[in-house]
Amino acid sequence: MAFGLMTSPLHAAEIQVAVAANFSAPAQKIAEGFTAATGHTVLFSAASTGKLYAQIKNGAPFAVLLSADEETPAKLEQEGLGVSGSRFVYATGRLILWSKRAGWVDDQGEVLAKGTFAHLAIADPKLAPYGAAAIEVLEKRGLLERLRPRFVQGENIAQVHPFVASGNAEIGFLALSQVMRDGVIAKGSGWLVPAALHRPIRQEAILLTKGRENPAASAWLTHLRSEAAQTVLRSFGYE
Amino acid sequence: MNDRIHIACRLIRRDFSLEVDLTWPDRGVMALFGPSGSGKSTLLRILAGLERPPAGVVRMRKEVWQDEARGIFCPPHRRPIGYVFQDAALFSHLNVQENLIYGLKRVPEALRRVPLDRAIELLGIGGLLERRVVTLSGGERQRVAIARALAVSPELLLMDEPLAALDAARKREILPFLERLHRELVMPVVYVSHSPDEVARLADHLVVLEAGRVVAEGPLQTTLARLDTPVRLGEESGVVLETVIGARDAAWHLCRADFPGGSLWIRDHGVQIGTPARVRILARDVSLALDPQTRTSIQNALSGVVSGLAGDRHPANSLVRVMVGDTPFVARITRRSAAYLELTPGKPVWLQVKSVALIE
Amino acid sequence: MLDFSDWAALWLTAKLATVTTLVLLVLGTPLAWWLARTRSFWKGPVSALVAMPLILPPTVLGFYLLLFMGPEGWLGRLTHALGWGHLPFTFAGLVVASVIYSLPFVVQPIQNAFEAIGSGPLEAAATLRASPLDAFFTVAIPQAKPGFITAAVLGFAHTIGEFGVVLMIGGNIPNATQVVSVRIYAHVEALEYTQAHGLAGGLVLFSFLVLLVMHWAQKRRDGA
Repeated sequence: MAFGLMTSPLHAAEIQVAVAANFSAPAQKIAEGFTAATGHTVLFSAASTGKLYAQIKNGAPFAVLLSADEETPAKLEQEGLGVSGSRFVYATGRLILWSKRAGWVDDQGEVLAKGTFAHLAIADPKLAPYGAAAIEVLEKRGLLERLRPRFVQGENIAQVHPFVASGNAEIGFLALSQVMRDGVIAKGSGWLVPAALHRPIRQEAILLTKGRENPAASAWLTHLRSEAAQTVLRSFGYE
Repeated sequence: MNDRIHIACRLIRRDFSLEVDLTWPDRGVMALFGPSGSGKSTLLRILAGLERPPAGVVRMRKEVWQDEARGIFCPPHRRPIGYVFQDAALFSHLNVQENLIYGLKRVPEALRRVPLDRAIELLGIGGLLERRVVTLSGGERQRVAIARALAVSPELLLMDEPLAALDAARKREILPFLERLHRELVMPVVYVSHSPDEVARLADHLVVLEAGRVVAEGPLQTTLARLDTPVRLGEESGVVLETVIGARDAAWHLCRADFPGGSLWIRDHGVQIGTPARVRILARDVSLALDPQTRTSIQNALSGVVSGLAGDRHPANSLVRVMVGDTPFVARITRRSAAYLELTPGKPVWLQVKSVALIE
Repeated sequence: MLDFSDWAALWLTAKLATVTTLVLLVLGTPLAWWLARTRSFWKGPVSALVAMPLILPPTVLGFYLLLFMGPEGWLGRLTHALGWGHLPFTFAGLVVASVIYSLPFVVQPIQNAFEAIGSGPLEAAATLRASPLDAFFTVAIPQAKPGFITAAVLGFAHTIGEFGVVLMIGGNIPNATQVVSVRIYAHVEALEYTQAHGLAGGLVLFSFLVLLVMHWAQKRRDGA
């Protein structure tokens, strides 16, 4: 860590980036291009946004946070742990209702109303933006109270995936990024929930005060906005 | 065979083998004597069914407890035995009273022949009943263990070196109880020991084991007087006599121990007249003469007939067996003396007994 | 400080730990007995299996349980065929998982206690007319009592602390699978530190008391 501070801007530096678990895979991929272009290396710490927040508040040496929501970066900025004005939306998540079995989920999401399932897996709406979005969708469809008893909740969206992938929950609301590889939904059946049915799931990045003096950190944030980075994250199901 | 106990077994282990075929009377104490590692305890465990040799026969009177050839094996808890372990093996989670009734309450009422009170009284443990096992002394534990074994009214009492773990004082504390047991309960006992004193005191029938083989076996008196394979209890050859105290000479602090065929004067230990007493006479304390000696310090002189001669451990010595009536004595003399006296079987001799030990 | 859901989670956790401990004592006792007495070749492999939860990350255990107990796992097919449905997201599923997760904490103290008894008292019981089963209940179990107490306390406490496994197979369903540890996690994630402290501090205190009681129990036993 100290290494990054001691090297001159002309030389390759190393930065520590805290990344929300759901964005870990695309972030790695984007970092490959970043390192090739600048020579800087990125070390990722992936965890849930809540955990990362707690770590940052307690002195974790991260230069940048790639959050899974908008609230946490705003909060950090307010508390003086993030650099004012450095926040921006780096990705927008898409919600998908997915089943591991082909033909189970129709492309209109009618399966929700039919109720031919025992368990509907969602992320904890209190903790995860994808969970909150799923609740909104169900509310709009007027199914929330009917389906609530069938909820099985993961503490975060990453936790929900194995519930559905193992078939223990027949269907579940997941992040598109979890089932999309190289631009296609790899298997099973899914309904890509129209973005209009819920508030956008915006993921914000912020430069943290610990990274203020580190040119590699700003370089990373710039790279995140580049067309190359956007292409990568689109292939992972983000917009 | 209805008054006999029989065991025949072969057991081969990596560092130990046991091969015996024994039959002995179903009364009195059979002592299994031998050095440690000779297989005494294993034999006892086979009798109890705690050990199951692949080739074995155990028969108690008419009852077959084990006969592997016929596929018979009676597990230990179905054998009418009592077992006293070397370390007492009392149940630490029960008090003395509860230990005593553990076995008793598992015996059908009709088969209870030894009342618990009697066992408690015999072993003198009436004052210990409420005590926790961990608070007992070694001697007390062993007495409780014996009473516990008696309380199941066994048809055969098996005792595995019950005194081995105790010091001399504790042994003296328990031996009288064992003798009483012996006298007052008609119950065959197999008593494992490596202590010459205990065997001389308690045994009626002696089996000597060495390295898993029986080297001598028979009634105590005649077995100890054997010359072909001299049996020693401890370092010295000698015989044990069953006597009755017949008279007392208070002025000289002596008493007379009578046996069939003669009597011996021994130091008076205050034993009641009429009570049985065992005495032990070592071969080295017996000398022989062809004529009765008059002017000698030795008071115990007996007339007998030579019945056998044999070499002893040292080539200078020989052992001579002399019968006094039906009672055998053994004398150790030099081979030169034997030649000088021209001792041969059938020759009448006088025995002079220098020392007699009352076994107590 | 604690809301209704927190109390419900506490109650559920206590229930889970109690049921798990009882099941473990019933299943673990014969297993511990066998392990303590056998000379079979299988002792090694079985001991290793029993000890596995000690070193496996709970999430690994939970992940495999999720797969095994699910519709495509052999256990899931079995429970489904028996008409019990699938176990993940149910209280019964948590019990099954907790039993596996806490198995070594119950089996090993009992096994050690049985081993410490040795064959002496059991042989003595046999010569006092007690059948092997009789001796097991009247000698082995009473003499292994300290081992059973340790086992029950450890099994109970360890189940209370279970988290990774529950996360994997629980589904966070109130009154069925939402236990305290998961609740604490959610409070921390939601930055509700006051409630998190209420529950977490309670668990810290509980663990301390459990270990203290065990220490005292041990001391009393050794001193006796």
